[in-house]
Amino acid sequence: MKPETRLAPLADVVRKGGGDEGEAPPTKVEVRGLNFYYGAKRALEEITVSIPAHRVTAFIGPSGCGKSTFLRTLNRMNDIIPATRVEGQVLIDGENIYGAGQDVVELRRRVGMVFQKSNPFPKSIFENVAYGLRINGLVRNRGELRERVEESLRAAAIWDEVRDRLQDSALALSGGQQQRLCIARALAIRPEILLMDEPASALDPIATQRIEELIYHLKTDYTIVIVTHNMQQAARVSDYTAFFWLGRLVEYGPTDRIFTNPAEKLTEDYVTGRFG
Amino acid sequence: MISTLLTGRARRVLGDRLLQALGVLALMLALTTLVMLLYDVARDGLSRLSWQFLTSFPSRRPEEAGILAALVGSIFVIALTALIAIPLGVAAAIHLEEYEQKGRLTRLIEINIANLAGVPSIIYGLLGLGLFVRTMGMGRSVLAGAATLALLVLPVVILSTREALRAVPGSLREASYALGATKWQTVWHQVLPHAMPGILTGLILSLSRAVGETAPLITIGALTYVPFAPDSIWSPFTVLPIQIFNWVSRPQAEFARNAAAGIVVLLVLLLAMNAVAIYLRDRYQKRVA
Repeated sequence: MKPETRLAPLADVVRKGGGDEGEAPPTKVEVRGLNFYYGAKRALEEITVSIPAHRVTAFIGPSGCGKSTFLRTLNRMNDIIPATRVEGQVLIDGENIYGAGQDVVELRRRVGMVFQKSNPFPKSIFENVAYGLRINGLVRNRGELRERVEESLRAAAIWDEVRDRLQDSALALSGGQQQRLCIARALAIRPEILLMDEPASALDPIATQRIEELIYHLKTDYTIVIVTHNMQQAARVSDYTAFFWLGRLVEYGPTDRIFTNPAEKLTEDYVTGRFG
Repeated sequence: MISTLLTGRARRVLGDRLLQALGVLALMLALTTLVMLLYDVARDGLSRLSWQFLTSFPSRRPEEAGILAALVGSIFVIALTALIAIPLGVAAAIHLEEYEQKGRLTRLIEINIANLAGVPSIIYGLLGLGLFVRTMGMGRSVLAGAATLALLVLPVVILSTREALRAVPGSLREASYALGATKWQTVWHQVLPHAMPGILTGLILSLSRAVGETAPLITIGALTYVPFAPDSIWSPFTVLPIQIFNWVSRPQAEFARNAAAGIVVLLVLLLAMNAVAIYLRDRYQKRVA
């Protein structure tokens, strides 16, 4: 399931091999004192965390703990929900995305997202991937468009399955294929960060495995943040893990340590399956 | 124990059957009435339908009278109504549903639009008379008639378009926003195409209502006797329902036959409009699926 083509790395991102070892990687996203409110209800409390570049960071925790909400603050997806409010800072490459004059459209081009339930557009497979390129004006002509679509489908490890039916409706694909198409769609606009909100929770084990392998390969080119319910999945795919509980970040560190030697009793109870 | 269970079950089955029978009865009643009405109109009117009837202007002599002025008037007025009401109504609905912050103000606006949809059409006629005919100086023209009918159908267009927009899944919007789409790009490329079948259904219903309206057009001064077809938006005009009403109110039996033939023409016009809209809707539905 190795992707045949890699997307070109972004020039402004320092590449750090693809390895999981070595010295601490540079920070891509720095969150400082983040509070989030749905109306009067505080859903996130004083979250402070540094997410490293070119690594996979997993958010785990029981349902309703705020991990998805937190993920959606990183590309300001919560902005479209009425009556929500954010306090604190989210710095991407040192710049506060909630600062004055920030362009949320440009932000979302840099921070891609894959959703829990695959949500392809009711259009052809080709058009699904081409959409982001078109609306952002990223290609100059049809030839370039075709190249970028193929490149993205290859990067999402779905090219071989769809190459002969690019004009078919995306809705005719299987669930796992649809989700990989959504990943291809997100990759097409060459984001720097890829947010994944339980991307495999609706898939069977084989489709899940393919997504996980894909994530492993993608981290050479992207900073990946993944929300997951599944602790084995977090352990398999991530380099760093953050455990959320009741809107707080309880513990954050290298995945190995979180799972084998957690500092907090609460984390230990959760990763050993005593609650959740 | 078992016997009481059985009777309970039997009673539920009976209730189910009863409701089903009532439903069929109601449907039959409505259908029979419609069929009888159509049969009655066709029996009186079909023999009167001819090329001469379609291409003649009204006349004092029933056998020479025709429907041309009213037919052209109706088509002219309804086309202009659509031209005014569709862009305004759809744009208003998009604004309310996609752009406006949901709050007390939007709720108030929504309730008022729903109320406007229920206002009797003659009130719109009076408004049209005061506003378009007199204040804006349009006179008793096609334009004034179309503007009045546009006001009349606007609330229905807005409400049905909002309904259609609301039925578009949020995940589709999110997918578009997550790719760096602006609000307008999301609405134009994703939301509108997805909502189009629903929007078209609303448009069919509202334009069908407009084509059958008589009262507001009489109020603004549409003529009942027009020996010419309107040739510009400033022309005086009449429409099919007014012409039919005019013929029905004559004592001679021949005019009654003219009225029946006019009803057939009106029905064919309505069916043709609906057919076009259904064709468009199916095309969109296929594209979405």
